[in-house]
Amino acid sequence: MTTMRVPTRISSLLELEAVRAAGADVIALRQAMETPITEAPEVHLLVCGDTGCRANKSPLTRRTMEELVVEHGLADRVKVVQVGCFGFCKAGPVVVVYPGGTFYCHVKPQDCAEILLRHVMGGQPVERLLFTPNPKEKVRFHTTVDLPFYQGQVRRVLKNCGLINPESIDEAIAADRYFALAKALLEMTPDEVIAELKKSGLRGRGGAGFPTGLKWELCQKAVGDVKYVVCNADEGDPGAFMDRSILEGDPHGVLEAMAMAGYAIGAQQGYIYVRAEYPLAVERLKLAIRQARERGLLGKNILGTGFSFDIDIRLGAGAFVCGEETALIESIEGKRGMPRPKPPFPATAGLWQKPTLNNNVETYANIPQIVLFGADWFRQLGTEKSPGTKVFALAGQINNTGLVEVPMGTKLRDVVFTIGGGVPKGREFKAAQTGGPSGGCIPAEHLDTPLDFESLPALGTMMGSGGLTIMTDTACMVDLARFYLEFTQDESCGKCPPCRIGTKRMLELLEQICEGKGTHADIDQLERLAVGIRKGSLCGLGQSAPNPVLSTLRYYRDEYLAHVDDHKCPAGRCKALTEYQIDQELCKGCALCARSCPTDAIVGEVKHPFSIKIDLCIRCGNCYDVCKFHAVVR
Amino acid sequence: MINLTIDRVPVSVEPGTTVLEAARQHGIRIPTLCYLKDINQIGACRMCLIEAKGYRGLQTACTLPCAEGMEVSTNTKDVRETRKLILELLLSDHNISCPTCVRQGNCELLRLSQEAGITDLPIKGELHQSAIDHSSPAISLDATKCVLCQRCVAVCREVQGVSAIGLVNRGFESRVAPFFQAQLNAAACANCGQCTLVCPTGALTERDDTAAVWEALHDPTKHVIVQTAPAIRVAVGETFGLPAGSISTGQMVTGLRRLGFDRVFDTTFTADLTIVEEASELEERLTHGGTLPLITSCSPGWVKYAEHFYPTMLPHLSTCKSPQQMFGALAKTYYAEKYGLDPKDIVSVSIMPCTAKKFEAGRPEMNASGYQDVDHVLTTREFGRMLRQAGVNLKKLPDSEFDSPLGLSTGAGVIFGTTGGVMEAALRTAAEWLTGNQLNGRVKFTEVRGEVRGIKEATVVVGGNVLRVAVANGLAAAARMLEKIQAGEVQYHFVEIMGCPGGCIGGGGQPIPPDGPEELDEVRQARIQSLYTIDEMSTIRRSHENPAVQALYREFLGEPLGEKSHHLLHTHYQVRHPAGVRTGR
Amino acid sequence: MSTCCCGMGVTTDDPRFAELDAFMASVREQPGSLISVLHKAQQLFGFLPEEVESRIAHTMSIPLTDVYGVVTFYNLFNTQPVGKYAISVCMGTACYVRGAGRILDRFAEELGVQAGQVTDDRLFSLEVCRCVGACSLAPVVVVDGEVRQLKEADVPAVVAELRQRSELEALSQPVSARS
Ligand SMILES: Cc1cc2nc3c(=O)[nH]c(=O)nc-3n(C[C@H](O)[C@H](O)[C@H](O)COP(=O)(O)O)c2cc1C
Ligand code: SF4
Ligand code: SF4
Ligand code: SF4
Ligand code: SF4
Ligand code: SF4
Ligand code: SF4
Ligand code: SF4
Ligand code: SF4
Ligand code: FES
Ligand code: FES
Ligand code: FES
Repeated sequence: MTTMRVPTRISSLLELEAVRAAGADVIALRQAMETPITEAPEVHLLVCGDTGCRANKSPLTRRTMEELVVEHGLADRVKVVQVGCFGFCKAGPVVVVYPGGTFYCHVKPQDCAEILLRHVMGGQPVERLLFTPNPKEKVRFHTTVDLPFYQGQVRRVLKNCGLINPESIDEAIAADRYFALAKALLEMTPDEVIAELKKSGLRGRGGAGFPTGLKWELCQKAVGDVKYVVCNADEGDPGAFMDRSILEGDPHGVLEAMAMAGYAIGAQQGYIYVRAEYPLAVERLKLAIRQARERGLLGKNILGTGFSFDIDIRLGAGAFVCGEETALIESIEGKRGMPRPKPPFPATAGLWQKPTLNNNVETYANIPQIVLFGADWFRQLGTEKSPGTKVFALAGQINNTGLVEVPMGTKLRDVVFTIGGGVPKGREFKAAQTGGPSGGCIPAEHLDTPLDFESLPALGTMMGSGGLTIMTDTACMVDLARFYLEFTQDESCGKCPPCRIGTKRMLELLEQICEGKGTHADIDQLERLAVGIRKGSLCGLGQSAPNPVLSTLRYYRDEYLAHVDDHKCPAGRCKALTEYQIDQELCKGCALCARSCPTDAIVGEVKHPFSIKIDLCIRCGNCYDVCKFHAVVR
Repeated sequence: MINLTIDRVPVSVEPGTTVLEAARQHGIRIPTLCYLKDINQIGACRMCLIEAKGYRGLQTACTLPCAEGMEVSTNTKDVRETRKLILELLLSDHNISCPTCVRQGNCELLRLSQEAGITDLPIKGELHQSAIDHSSPAISLDATKCVLCQRCVAVCREVQGVSAIGLVNRGFESRVAPFFQAQLNAAACANCGQCTLVCPTGALTERDDTAAVWEALHDPTKHVIVQTAPAIRVAVGETFGLPAGSISTGQMVTGLRRLGFDRVFDTTFTADLTIVEEASELEERLTHGGTLPLITSCSPGWVKYAEHFYPTMLPHLSTCKSPQQMFGALAKTYYAEKYGLDPKDIVSVSIMPCTAKKFEAGRPEMNASGYQDVDHVLTTREFGRMLRQAGVNLKKLPDSEFDSPLGLSTGAGVIFGTTGGVMEAALRTAAEWLTGNQLNGRVKFTEVRGEVRGIKEATVVVGGNVLRVAVANGLAAAARMLEKIQAGEVQYHFVEIMGCPGGCIGGGGQPIPPDGPEELDEVRQARIQSLYTIDEMSTIRRSHENPAVQALYREFLGEPLGEKSHHLLHTHYQVRHPAGVRTGR
Repeated sequence: MSTCCCGMGVTTDDPRFAELDAFMASVREQPGSLISVLHKAQQLFGFLPEEVESRIAHTMSIPLTDVYGVVTFYNLFNTQPVGKYAISVCMGTACYVRGAGRILDRFAEELGVQAGQVTDDRLFSLEVCRCVGACSLAPVVVVDGEVRQLKEADVPAVVAELRQRSELEALSQPVSARS
């Protein structure tokens, strides 16, 4: 261990380096794969403390582990560390043991002793807590290197998530945080920072993929005595949680990048606009900002360079439209989040009419590494026009849900079937939805599409922020379109009539179709509305609200027609069009269905065919899902 | 200058000009619905969509600044189809009831629909529901006809500084409503009616009182008299398509007789009376150290605003009633006595440019005569509608004269209708009184002739006395001035405040220009001009020289500020809730 | 000055106003802090009644209609009292495609209220939210501030658990505080 004094207030590069040096061992240990655990001078038990694992009571696991460590007198050698998300949240609470990187899933308090005694003390991994795609088979995966979930992933943006304690600025610095800022401030001019960014080809991760370097340049050139840097952490796309994980797992990376932005464009104040639905992210950010201020990495005269920059947090209050940058600005100003027309763009007249740079969380999180390692390094991954990696939130009807970071251009098939482990047994992949309520669907025939900014729009969808929701044959695409329209209709700010009234009308038409009351004229009307709303709406919400409808009409028109012509919902989702029956031939009388029925609509005698009392059935589909003999038909 | 082309016409404009303004300057009409120049340029309604080469998608002309070399097309297929669809959408959520709608003659939504060539309403769906808010005696709000253009909100906030109404809820549930969705009569609303002037549809209108007036006119037991404010004679012609500022005093009087009013009087008479009382009050406060500045109180919009927003300034307000209420009090006392009428049989109607006067007439303290002094208040617009309902064509009527004695007036009384007019009229009288002689005929005080929505200050030297005076019109301007007075930044002796931009000629009950509010400023100027013309042509131009006023004091009132005057012509004010929030703009 | 019109005991001399005033004073220098103030007020009062909004408007010199306009724009602000326990079913995409709709229906059935409503005993508010960022566990429900991964069948147990919690709390309170 180094003997150098670890300074509290960091006012030079030298002092920053001292802090990093003090923590170097810790980081090295958490990357050590080969050292035998019994010989290690220190063992770290990394317990995920982010929202996903918290929902599975990871704090309880962590406390139990800590108590056991003390009980067994291991406190000197064994440290229990709370870290950010590993991405494989489905397996939470996740505990990873270093050295060795053994990856334990679903670790309950009662499992802690075994990990400690058997593994840490005895050097024997606890097999039953290792990941397996199929509990019946003996295949077990030990580490993140082996886990299929991590195959093809490259964790650049997420590199510190699951590595460091997000509540410790010392660990963040040990993991290189603030060194990019130091480099920018000490070795680069603002122009050079921007030039490097432009060269990197980084494109905004918030949805539209606007070139980040260009945006910084526009802001730098905009005339104004006061300028602002804004971080869009509203993450409104339901089904996406990349930004949350970054903020919860590695908040300092975003702070550092915002300070660099301030340096590059000539701003001294930053705002992070976070949705109030992310309380943990807010707490972590608040703490990180406080620590950075205490250590002199935010505030006046950062690292003795004379550059000053500070950051405040602003909370949303539940309005999806506030993710749109001008609405976000209105909201920071304390108003109703109603978008402004563009031009003028925020880069020239944004917050309080001053030039304002707005980037997404993940965009910022990409920047320190570009400054540290250079544009060429950054471009080593990804495609020519979409360089770098992209974090996706893999969710829906897929085996391995979680956060994945892959190089741009990775094929959808690899994400779904390798990383995601495919769809649940007995189901068939039907579509991947990207871009959330503004996006569209990728059908099975396009599974080989590379995920990048060019390929997705060609299929009528978009990258969006990175939500990737998988659907199987049980999903009704008309119902899905209806679901999204219900969302946009509900979230429309109401400022402009095409969106305020238009989404309502589209929703009404979709509801009719789902109820079997639709006509061909309704489908035509839907299309006409879709085109007009797209062209006529003020902001991106309205302009893209019709996308889910246009996309499903493009690939699943036959499903619409089935609803209209045959009054049938092929997927059995639309309740009004679905009737469940039990095939008397196929039914083995196992009673599984009857037990799953919430309304006791299924009657029968064990070992004899069961039947459904149709007037009691609420068409929940439980019986259909549980019957192993496919005896429930619709 | 910036050069661009609009529909292939080369145009050149000042930097900062929007495409919409550039087009207008060059005779190209782009339809608008939410646009109000300088006040509401928010790109909400999407009517003004255009295409500009190099710009993404369709752009709104009302918000898009002109740029060098820009190529704008205002009439492409995309533009037309999209505008049309948006109108169809608006109509699909509109309580279409034109035959029963007061705006059917000049509804912007209806006009735009025609212009877009809408021949079918193919889009159907749920209409947003809302009960009509009839609670306010001044204005009514029917949200089922609202297109959410926000023009009312912008005027109430920017021009009036009141913010009595705002947007509430979100999306399809959005509405225009007061705080906590209270009824309008429970809001901090000045009743000025400016919102009704800018509303493109029948959503915000004056409260309609014509039925009650017809009722009275048809009742043979009633003696129905009417007074008309100075600002009506230069505006009512517009309701018959005459150009703004047309002077139709004589025809107006004839029209009122045709409607069946028993006597037609002139509020200008009591405007003169107001000046005599108010000038006396000023003299009194100046000589006895009363609260200064003295602020005029003849604008009930301003008075109610003060009661909500500036309760501590109420002692500054003149205790004089407005001319309408002085008239009302005299009609059921002096006039009744003089002609042997039983005041209970008199129905006193007034024609006002003003929605606030509807509220004022109903204030409980306004019953000095023992009855409600003024029974019904009609706006210019309602008056115009009644003429049409009666089949009276104003344009073709012969002139006639007001009845006496409450119909005799001076030029000073007439200019009450414009900003600066009360001040000028008061100065004409005060100057003479303070100097003790007929001031070498000075009747013109152009230094106080105001600009619309502004503040004017002047220092007038009269007989060795220096009078510092100021004039404000529009409530936001008034608030600006009051803030300065409260902060001690300015010292005045006498201040005129008019609730509406331009004064009563710009009142909330005045005719709505046929091409919508974009013409309002022009129209206001024309009306102001005409009032000064009438003043110029008057033989008597000082209020205290009005022989009928002099007779009134002789026969009935005694002296200004005397016992009887105090009872009939003066009033008091009250602090009102909810307290308004001044926004320091 | 102690009028209460909402029936929920918020009077203009409520001691919580002091804390709200102090918070408003602390953010006076920060432009645009209305939304932060509303969050604070809702945290103190549980919802945003007219008296509270009016106090905020006057203290911050923001027109009443602007305060109310902001309150009614954002989903998270309530102008009506909410239940003691908020049950917020995530209806985000990930949760929806994994059957959140059924969970919502089940809660509605168990509690006898629709989404957006409060039970008669003011114990529960049933709400719908859009993604809490725990999509990998979908479907999830935020129960009294805690994110939980639920199955439809768990619903009755969750309701029972909260009922019990409330009873225990009531028992552990001094008698004088109950009424
Ligand atoms: C309706 C709507 C919602 C949006 N939501 C978000 C969001 O939650 N997070 C985000 O970063 N960008 C969102 N955006 C995109 C932003 O407007 C903006 O483009 C982005 O923050 C720019 O950052 P970037 O260049 O780093 O991507 C949204 C856009 C629209 C139209
Ligand atoms: S498109 Fe929708 S969200 Fe955007 S401004 Fe218009 S109404 Fe508001
Ligand atoms: S669909 Fe649901 S309600 Fe109907 S029988 Fe099956 S399990 Fe019961
Ligand atoms: S689960 Fe299938 S096989 Fe078993 S009783 Fe139900 S229908 Fe029959
Ligand atoms: S507002 Fe216009 S369109 Fe609507 S009912 Fe009245 S006249 Fe007809
Ligand atoms: S405008 Fe047409 S529909 Fe209306 S009343 Fe006249 S004829 Fe009838
Ligand atoms: S009458 Fe005047 S104060 Fe009242 S809402 Fe209309 S504009 Fe505002
Ligand atoms: S009331 Fe009239 S002016 Fe106000 S938003 Fe509605 S339509 Fe526009
Ligand atoms: S200025 Fe005239 S029209 Fe306007 S409120 Fe005052 S009295 Fe009425
Ligand atoms: S939250 Fe624990 S692994 Fe993602
Ligand atoms: S007039 Fe331009 S958008 Fe309404
Ligand atoms: S969709 Fe439910 S938590 Fe994200």
